[in-house]
Amino acid sequence: MNLFCVGLSHHTANVETRESFAGHAESDCILRRAGCAEALVLTTCNRVEVYGASEKRVSTDEIARCLAREIEKDAHQCAPAFYRYEGEKCVQHLFRVASGLDSMVVGETEILGQAKKAYESARASGAAGPWLHRLFQRAFHVAKQVRTRTEITRGSVSVGSVAVDLARKIFGQLSKRKVLVLGAGETSERTARALVSRGVTDLRVSNRSSDRARELAGLVGGQAIPFDDWRDECREIDILITSTSSEAPLLTPANLAPMLCDRIDRPLFIIDIAVPRDVDPRVNEMDGVYLYDIDSLQSVAEQSLALRRQQIAAAEAIIAEHVPDFVASISRGWNRVSRTAERPSIADSSLRALEL
Amino acid sequence: MDRLLLIVSTLCFLAAVVRTIVALRAGIFRTGQFNFLAIGLGFIFQTAFLSIRGHALGRCPLTNLFEVFIFLAWSVALVYMLVGPAYRLSLMGAFTAPLVVLLQGFALIAPIDIRHPVKLPANPWLEFHASISIIAYGAFALACIAGVMYLVQERQLKTRQLHSIFYHLPPLTDLFAAITRLLWLGFGLYTLGIVSGFFTSRPLPRVQVVAAIGIWMLYAAILQGRHLRRLAPKRVAALCVIGFVAALTLLWGITFSAQTHPLP
Repeated sequence: MNLFCVGLSHHTANVETRESFAGHAESDCILRRAGCAEALVLTTCNRVEVYGASEKRVSTDEIARCLAREIEKDAHQCAPAFYRYEGEKCVQHLFRVASGLDSMVVGETEILGQAKKAYESARASGAAGPWLHRLFQRAFHVAKQVRTRTEITRGSVSVGSVAVDLARKIFGQLSKRKVLVLGAGETSERTARALVSRGVTDLRVSNRSSDRARELAGLVGGQAIPFDDWRDECREIDILITSTSSEAPLLTPANLAPMLCDRIDRPLFIIDIAVPRDVDPRVNEMDGVYLYDIDSLQSVAEQSLALRRQQIAAAEAIIAEHVPDFVASISRGWNRVSRTAERPSIADSSLRALEL
Repeated sequence: MDRLLLIVSTLCFLAAVVRTIVALRAGIFRTGQFNFLAIGLGFIFQTAFLSIRGHALGRCPLTNLFEVFIFLAWSVALVYMLVGPAYRLSLMGAFTAPLVVLLQGFALIAPIDIRHPVKLPANPWLEFHASISIIAYGAFALACIAGVMYLVQERQLKTRQLHSIFYHLPPLTDLFAAITRLLWLGFGLYTLGIVSGFFTSRPLPRVQVVAAIGIWMLYAAILQGRHLRRLAPKRVAALCVIGFVAALTLLWGITFSAQTHPLP
């Protein structure tokens, strides 16, 4: 029995090519057409991969044709975009994919959920049997170890999630924090939504256009505030998200100082995503005020990404521990099956036996 | 035998320090249970040492600078163990262990374990005064550590340079709440220590009394500033560090003068 992986990803193909092969073939279809013993299709926005187990070699072209046939695309044209890994390389590749090392954003954890979903789907349809079961269960185990033993998932890598993470580092629980969204742009809406998803319940929206303020307040479950009153709100709030189209700064040390008098022991976190900026950068020098503009948030996101990249070696070392061990264990399984000349069943009882 | 216990205790704390440094250098620091266990074990050996020394002396082991340092290190560990489950597994342990190693390491290396002849029977008020004051110092030490953690995090947030350690520090508001609690605890114990000092029925050196009241007033001012919202959290954190350095200097001075004019 041979384990293999054939696929294309953001490393080898552009989005146009990837979407030509994505979502057109189910695992059982590959199983039926390519003649594999077991098959599983993993499709995400960045990759389309087929993991299979077969007695005889199934060519890359055959897999590509299976993936492309539904849209009658000439798979041969895209053949250079496909990669192929067999045996140990296939195992290593899946472990890297599940751990987020092969992702566009290193360390992202969404891929693990997608791999689990793909496996469940293939198992339910009967396309994934005992070999892929062992392979994927071990991949999930390795991915979990990589996440817990390294800092590969540490920090946020998008502007919205960086803002939320910083808010949590300043305030801890966000459920009792008051947030004011000044200017109802798209980015402030996304940031406000991210804060609401982390437990913020007291959210106020103020905009020059009161209709837009009411609309956004309705969308995020907040309260619209007249634009003339936003300065009064600053005495109460903990987090200010600002993204107006004002040409001159709305907040300066001079006009913020009186607002801070009554709240010296309460930090104020300002997220200024407006260009030109709504808040004078000197505000960051004031006690208890933490000002982050779009560049600062981007810079933090890049630092997180750099931190994640530093962890790649540690993650690779964990994977390197598991690959030979898994290959050895699965080889023993193959020998046992060969001796008894029985093809393993894909029934759940067999899966459990192999899992043990 | 008792020094051996102290060496083992120091090694336990050192293990926590080494593990933290190695983990931070590798960028994979995890707030696991290792530090808490290492500090817990170190604390047990410290307690055993102080118990043996106390039995041998027939009084609270605070008769020379060596014992004062060990008692202070023990107080720091004690307050750390008691400060609450929220901080046991956090980075506070990683900051506590180096301070204890420093105190115990210095005590072990420096020739300060000098036995003074005991002239008078033990005075319970004096022992209570000394021990409760040093436990107060332990609380101030923890407030100082929390203050350092606050300042480190505050600086990283202000400069927007977030290092690996940033992600392991407790939120600023939680740290500030911890600082406030530790300051109140230390202040309460220190007040008790000063008041009990007046019941020792023996004349206290004027300089020591003035300095002790000066430290008391410094912490009272920090708490008053905090209570009246006159001091920003960052300043409170910085004053915690300054206050502890001042308190430590005073402790040194008291013990030094006690050695030149030994207490019975």
